[in-house]
Amino acid sequence: MSAPKMTMAQAINTALRDAIAEDDSVVVFGEDVAQLGGVFRVTDGLHQEFGESRVFDTPLAESGIVGMAVGMAMNGMRPVVEMQFDAFAYPAFEQIVSHVAKLGNRTRGKVRLPIVIRIPYAGGIGGVEHHCDSSEAYYAHTPGLTVVAPATNADAYGLLRAAIAGSDPVVFLEPKKHYFAKEEVDVSVPVPPIGRAVVRRPGRDATLIAYGPSVPVALAAAEQAATEGRDLGVVDLRSIVPFDDETVCAEVRRTGRAVVVAEAPGFASVASEIAARVGERCFHHLEAPVRRVTGFDVPYPPPKLEHHFLPGVDRILDAVDTLQWEDEVA
Amino acid sequence: MSAGQLKAAITPARLLDETGRLVRGAPAPDAEALAEGYRKLVFARRLNEQCGALVRQGRLAVYPSSRGQEACQVACASVLAEGDWLFPTYRDTAAIAARGVDPVEVLTLLRGDWHCGYDPNEHKVAPQATPLATQLLHAVGVAHAARLKGEDTVVMALCGDGATSEGDFHEACNFAAVFRAPVVFFVQNNKYAISVPLARQSVAPSLAVKAIGYGMPGFRVDGNDLPALEKVLGEAVARARAGEGPTLVEADTYRIESHTNADDATRYRADDEVTEWLPRDPLLRVRTYLTAVGALDDDREKKIAAAAEEMAAAVRAGVGAETVADPEDLFAHVYSTPTPQLAEQRATLRAELELEEA
Repeated sequence: MSAPKMTMAQAINTALRDAIAEDDSVVVFGEDVAQLGGVFRVTDGLHQEFGESRVFDTPLAESGIVGMAVGMAMNGMRPVVEMQFDAFAYPAFEQIVSHVAKLGNRTRGKVRLPIVIRIPYAGGIGGVEHHCDSSEAYYAHTPGLTVVAPATNADAYGLLRAAIAGSDPVVFLEPKKHYFAKEEVDVSVPVPPIGRAVVRRPGRDATLIAYGPSVPVALAAAEQAATEGRDLGVVDLRSIVPFDDETVCAEVRRTGRAVVVAEAPGFASVASEIAARVGERCFHHLEAPVRRVTGFDVPYPPPKLEHHFLPGVDRILDAVDTLQWEDEVA
Repeated sequence: MSAGQLKAAITPARLLDETGRLVRGAPAPDAEALAEGYRKLVFARRLNEQCGALVRQGRLAVYPSSRGQEACQVACASVLAEGDWLFPTYRDTAAIAARGVDPVEVLTLLRGDWHCGYDPNEHKVAPQATPLATQLLHAVGVAHAARLKGEDTVVMALCGDGATSEGDFHEACNFAAVFRAPVVFFVQNNKYAISVPLARQSVAPSLAVKAIGYGMPGFRVDGNDLPALEKVLGEAVARARAGEGPTLVEADTYRIESHTNADDATRYRADDEVTEWLPRDPLLRVRTYLTAVGALDDDREKKIAAAAEEMAAAVRAGVGAETVADPEDLFAHVYSTPTPQLAEQRATLRAELELEEA
């Protein structure tokens, strides 16, 4: 019998429901998460099911939400907070980098903060200004944060359960454009723990490295390449921090060619870090420089222009074409 | 809001005047309890002086002194029960010590050994906050969690006048009021944020009056009057414990010293201004009062001074003791389990150190 189909929003909703039911210390709060069920309906029904003490709306203030989560975690709770949109999370930035990320270290591990900061993330939904940012580099650059970016609905469920159950703070980046796409999700099947990348598609000729919303794009590019005689593999990072050098480098060493795909502007980005890491670790196995296919170094564009900005199949395959193939040299 | 509530938020409450006399109509404080308060004031003053000396000797990197604010430091700790929480700032070393934390552990931060030297859970004292007002939200979180768990914990959240300009001050007051969180916000208005005077932070009639906008009670109190502070803060704690929500208390006090030893207050304020505040010293008026009512004689004063000297000697010995900071600690606590990358970097540093030793 096949597993039920659910959207990523439903998978995350199920993870929250199961976590709240299982552990009395889990609380969910943020803007519009209670009565409304969140602007993306991710927390739909949770307030009604578990009540005001477990799922509640807050005043409209992101720093307040994250700051309060710090205190609640200090007092034994496991807060799961929602930032309504990626670009609305910035008022909380000081709380995240100065406290959420550092308190465990400051106190030599005496105070751990099991906080999950859920952020609807990245583009592809035609959102108007300030509704679509790829902000992962800010968080990934901050020691002390775990940064998770699921690409599948099953991972969204499993990684969120792991994030809530863990002892360290997690920035959980939920690709908005996947919220309403259905996939089979069997919640009884465990997913690999946070920190492990998975090979979504093995390939002989080159490796596409992606995370979050770029994984399906990379898979589509690989599908297209196969029809043109190139066998591309796809690695889904699943978490940016911790970064799984082992899985990524094993794949790249096998193929000798790599392209990193990410929506965020490429300058000083996570994609740049990945390219550098792969270059440092796999140099003698590489047939060509590691390429990056990313967003342009511009503010997130308006809806009518976002298709020019987002890395697509063609741009990925164009990059693959530049990987110094011998048949081209000949 | 009544006219009385507005007056309480603007006119400082006072029990002992600057000459050490009980103000007209004020109830006489319990002399024994006040004598114990006096002992704590002397300790706080001695700690401030000792830390200043340790900075001059190069034993502490820096020290933000609470000289002149000792009544605030003592009162905010003394009104708390054992299970309550204190959220201090960098200027509240003496308050943390008054709460019972070993000053040597508190000074770990300023000595440069590590960021927080005490166990926050053991003492129910949060790490000293340096980013202004950010800790106020944490205080609200601890308080709200306590309420959800059905515990009667109260949280004392400290900040200064400068911090009331920060957004997190506003968010914390508002969250606390909306959730009826058992928090006492205690603003030590010492008139300066490094060099910037109060008039550039706010033109409100007082800082306590801001409470009215959040829908919570606000009280202004003479910040150099220990019994008045203990009364106002004690009542705020009792209200919070009874489920009546947060209170904002502003202490009218003065920073006698520069912001820290690295600052030069002569660049932005006249000596006369400081001189004016010296007779309002929080120790002086309690000593005068206790002596007048016969609760403090030379013998007791000497005993208190000797005990304070003993504490100062222990601080000197503790801060002066050689400590070895373990470089591998850099990696040990960033995550519960170090990431593979941190494990790799730790190994790199270890190899470097082994090479140096060889």
